[in-house]
Amino acid sequence: MEIQQDTHISSSRLHMIQKGFVAGLPIMLGYLPIALTYGVLAGQSGMTNYELTLMSILVFAGAAQFLAVGMVTAGTGIVEIIIATFVLNFRHFVMSLSFVNRLKHTAVRVKWPFTLGLTDETFTMTALHSREADEKYGSYFYASLILTAYLSWVGGSYLGGVLGDVIPSRLSASMGVALYAMFIGLLIPSVKKNLKIAGVAIVALLTNYLCQTAGLNQGWAIVIGTLLGGLSGVWILGDEKEDEL
Amino acid sequence: MIIWMIIGMAVVTAIPRIAPTLFIHLLTFPKWLDRSLQAIPYAALGALIFPGIMTVQPDAPQIGIIAGLTAVLLSWSGIHIIYVVVGAILSVFLMT
Repeated sequence: MEIQQDTHISSSRLHMIQKGFVAGLPIMLGYLPIALTYGVLAGQSGMTNYELTLMSILVFAGAAQFLAVGMVTAGTGIVEIIIATFVLNFRHFVMSLSFVNRLKHTAVRVKWPFTLGLTDETFTMTALHSREADEKYGSYFYASLILTAYLSWVGGSYLGGVLGDVIPSRLSASMGVALYAMFIGLLIPSVKKNLKIAGVAIVALLTNYLCQTAGLNQGWAIVIGTLLGGLSGVWILGDEKEDEL
Repeated sequence: MIIWMIIGMAVVTAIPRIAPTLFIHLLTFPKWLDRSLQAIPYAALGALIFPGIMTVQPDAPQIGIIAGLTAVLLSWSGIHIIYVVVGAILSVFLMT
């Protein structure tokens, strides 16, 4: 009996790890071409393969890494680069708040490493798989999803630095749409279930657009858009379907 | 020099990511705040999609818009997200 139970436990763990990997595949597809491009550009900016890979390992934030490479190429000082990184990545604070609030019942020692792996993609993907969070061994699902994304990003960066431009430019330019398509593919099924969710997304998107048009930088515009969109959810979504959110 | 830039970037990125785990259990959020945190993923998706999608081909913003609408239709049809991504990539590939 005991042996049987053990196999059952390890197979459901394995099952959650597999589920996490499968959920991470669209992120992998989106990350690889971008990570390769980052590796190529970073190499051209004069960074060594070791440095550009280390940046992916330690920072793990695509947009900020591209920004840094651009600023290194332009000869900007490192203090400005670090400040710009902070502004651009501050949105992850808002996302992390939402993430840890959802994982209220998970121990801090389990969830803090997850928050280090929060990106736009891993956050939104895990948020829309909240059912797995409540299942047994939900943390295996999260760990596997986040590691899939992380290793794709780090591995892709390294390969970009070593191999240079390997993907034909027309294809890699086309693959730039992948992450946007993934965001759309995450949003639409929820909108189909509850049309009001589109209202929340539209408030956020218009706020972001207006802020950027008014000259605010992209980092703060996304933070303000996300916060106002979230707040608008209190009125737009009301009390209904709270468990589905 | 580069190594200090990387460490600095890592620190200012990691702190906002980890910070909420340090204090969240000390707070009890009022209901409205709890609900707005639950709506954050949808808001984040909206803000991440637009206007960023128009920069897929910076010189031709309509390509990003058309690819986005393609993704909306594909996703609405109920197919798996991986095909939505592949379909959108193909649509840009065919337009460029």
